Amino acid sequence: MEVNNSKEIQKSTIDPFGRRDFMKIVGSGIVVFFASGSAIESAVHAAQFRGMGGPTDFNDFLKIAEDGSVTVFTGKVELGQGNTTALAQMAADELGVSLDSVTMIMGDTELCPYDMGTFGSMSIRVLGPQLRGAAAEAREILLVLASEQLDKPKSQLKIEDGVIYDEKDRAARVTFGQLAKGQKITRKLEGRAVTKPVSEFTIMGKSITRLDGIAKVTGKAKYSGDIRFPDLLYARVLRPPAHGATLKSVDTSEAEKMPGVVVVNEDGLIAALHADPEIAGKAIASIKSEYDIPAGDVDENTIFDHLVNNAPRPQEREPKGDLAEGEKISATLFEETYLNGYGAQAPIETHTACAKIDGDRMNVWISTQTPFSNQSEIARTLGMQSENVRVMPVFVGGGFGGKNSAPQAVEAARLAKITGKPVQVFHDREEEFFLTVYRPAAIVKIKSGIDDRGKITLWDYNVYFAGDRGAEQYYDVPNNVIRTYGSAMGGMMGGSSPHPFATGTWRAPGANMNIFAKESQIDIMAAKCKMDPLEFRLQNTSDPRMRRVLEQAAKRFGYTPAAAPSGRGIGFGCGIDAGTYIAEIAEIELQNGSIKVKKIVAAQDMGICINPKGALMQVEGCIMMGLGYTLTEDISFKGGRIFTSNFHNYKMPRFSMLPEIDAFIVKNDDLAPQGGGEPGVVPVGAAVANALYDLAGIRVFQMPLTAERIKAAQA
Amino acid sequence: MKETIKFTLNGKPTSINVEGDRTLLWVLRTDLGLTGTKFGCGKGLCGSCTVVIDKKAVRSCRFPVKDISGKEVLTIEGLAQGDTLHPLQKAFLEQGAVQCGFCTSGMLLNAYALLLENPSLTRDEIIKGMDNNLCRCSAHTRIVQAIESVST
Repeated sequence: MEVNNSKEIQKSTIDPFGRRDFMKIVGSGIVVFFASGSAIESAVHAAQFRGMGGPTDFNDFLKIAEDGSVTVFTGKVELGQGNTTALAQMAADELGVSLDSVTMIMGDTELCPYDMGTFGSMSIRVLGPQLRGAAAEAREILLVLASEQLDKPKSQLKIEDGVIYDEKDRAARVTFGQLAKGQKITRKLEGRAVTKPVSEFTIMGKSITRLDGIAKVTGKAKYSGDIRFPDLLYARVLRPPAHGATLKSVDTSEAEKMPGVVVVNEDGLIAALHADPEIAGKAIASIKSEYDIPAGDVDENTIFDHLVNNAPRPQEREPKGDLAEGEKISATLFEETYLNGYGAQAPIETHTACAKIDGDRMNVWISTQTPFSNQSEIARTLGMQSENVRVMPVFVGGGFGGKNSAPQAVEAARLAKITGKPVQVFHDREEEFFLTVYRPAAIVKIKSGIDDRGKITLWDYNVYFAGDRGAEQYYDVPNNVIRTYGSAMGGMMGGSSPHPFATGTWRAPGANMNIFAKESQIDIMAAKCKMDPLEFRLQNTSDPRMRRVLEQAAKRFGYTPAAAPSGRGIGFGCGIDAGTYIAEIAEIELQNGSIKVKKIVAAQDMGICINPKGALMQVEGCIMMGLGYTLTEDISFKGGRIFTSNFHNYKMPRFSMLPEIDAFIVKNDDLAPQGGGEPGVVPVGAAVANALYDLAGIRVFQMPLTAERIKAAQA
Repeated sequence: MKETIKFTLNGKPTSINVEGDRTLLWVLRTDLGLTGTKFGCGKGLCGSCTVVIDKKAVRSCRFPVKDISGKEVLTIEGLAQGDTLHPLQKAFLEQGAVQCGFCTSGMLLNAYALLLENPSLTRDEIIKGMDNNLCRCSAHTRIVQAIESVST
């Protein structure tokens, strides 16, 4: 095409990729590459593509094909949080196409560049601005091409639904498809693209019904457990009775006698496979095994002393002023300790994977938040090249941090290689509870002080094993320190850990515990000086975003000031997570000694809100899920033995726990979009604990706030 | 011992030849390829495997397949009429009652059976009737709203 001679385009067109198969994917049309990841992600990606002649410093790309269709390729995955829809809204709006002409290709390791994983509420916050930039860049390329083709000045051109036209002569028009035809334009976003101001949004900022909704309400959405092949074998894997147990002896003879059952016993992987998953289950149950179980009697009651006694040296952040001076000038000092047990993510879809060998290649379908690290782990374990392992895109039935590791995928791939058949590994619910990377038990010790006017004078904050997410200071404290002992990741990231089993991430890792402790301490201080808890907070923070969410939540609730305990059962909690500010107000009552949450109001400032409905679904879900860690969820164990096994003894929020939830977005269009998947969960524990104090004048320092603990506090 | 079991599946006469003591969930998901019905807990505690048998919601993970003989079984794949969504499906979609979608089939069929029994459910009746269906994304608020909007 003539426009290929465009000097402006040619000058800035980058060389195509050296990697032949990748070039095939990129194909013809207009492609803009962009980087959304951290420096680490870019480095990993660069390592994968080094020596292949192409650019390496990107994580995503956007393509306008010769038929005018728009496709976004990103390694992020849809876990139910709705990022597919919001990202498509961003691309469509910046480009000037309808939402249904955008296709999202996500988490496919063959088609999408490297991505570290879908966690930390980063899809919109980190990927979003870059995606918008790339779409704006593509729009500029299209306008230049259209200007040449139509022989009209660019300034006169308008874009509507994938068509560029001359505003003075609407007959002069050309479609994106016509412009992209025959092109091989590849461009790297260099951060110069001008994105639309909020006032020009047509698709962003709208409550769009989620794009994957129809597939999900009709049962057509395919999850990793729904992949079928005629010769598919379902594998059940032998699990130890306790973490840290080592196998002494095993007898698989009964299983081997069962017709059609394949037994694998190789390098520590013992599995029974059959075309019927129930027979595979019976076969694995028939295996007799003996284990050495390491001594260990730490349990859910003694774990806290154990952890404090075995904590590593702390890391300090936000040191300010002089702690001794702070203590001296304080009129009242407060020293409290807060506790939280282990928790499970417990997605309704258990860890599942299906693996199939095709020649020298392995295709794997995984319920995962981290397809790319699963890909390299499978390749490493099987001695394959990473590029010969493809993690395929599937829907994921919830992650909540629990699917940042996917050992079942390695098992499925190993079993597929050993048997030569496609293999599915799925956890039953008992395995899911046993094998998850638990949210770590954690301790927070705070020493704080106030002067005689209720100004905070001292904040000496010590957190054990929850990490420092959510611990940052948003109150104006002259003498401050935050000490972090051990990370929230425990053994997950390697290294030694005093936990009796592996621990890992749970929605907003550590922040729920930090905000519970911190915001409880704030209320304790407010109560001591007989000050209304909202007034106390406002008096002690000058952060305008925090003040605004607190004030707007109070207004929405119809809050009237009173010092706690007022007998009303109303409590505040607030926090910052993933760049988003959130304030929640809980109203509770006691029913047969248990907390019944009647109402929660939530005000969330997340910067520009891309999809208000999608954002509110996340806040509401966060609040309801938060009631679980606050009131009922706890892991029972002794040493490496886990007694929590299924939903009868891990009590998750259910309909009868549903309060009235009134969540709303506090408009802040001056700020780029911030995280939305996790902030809402963060203040729930604190708001409910503070409401309990307000109701009954008692404080429970350990979550979950069970009837038993409330009774003990009343005694 | 395999036996021939005849029943109606999503409105169609169906005959299968299977071991009668297998559970309905896995026969649906494997032999019949209807993967919209999900495995969640295997103990009838979460409701993600819910199907409707003779107008009653049933946990298919605890239901022997031989007991469907002569009965009418409805799974998520049979809820829409062609491309026309059932009003409950439409309500779930539009009200935002779906997140990860893994509990959705069970939620829809449980709600469908509740509405068959009583088309005018109150909010309290919805909460009581849905209480044994778990949703970890915790979309409860909008699930209740969606069912309320279909209730007459």
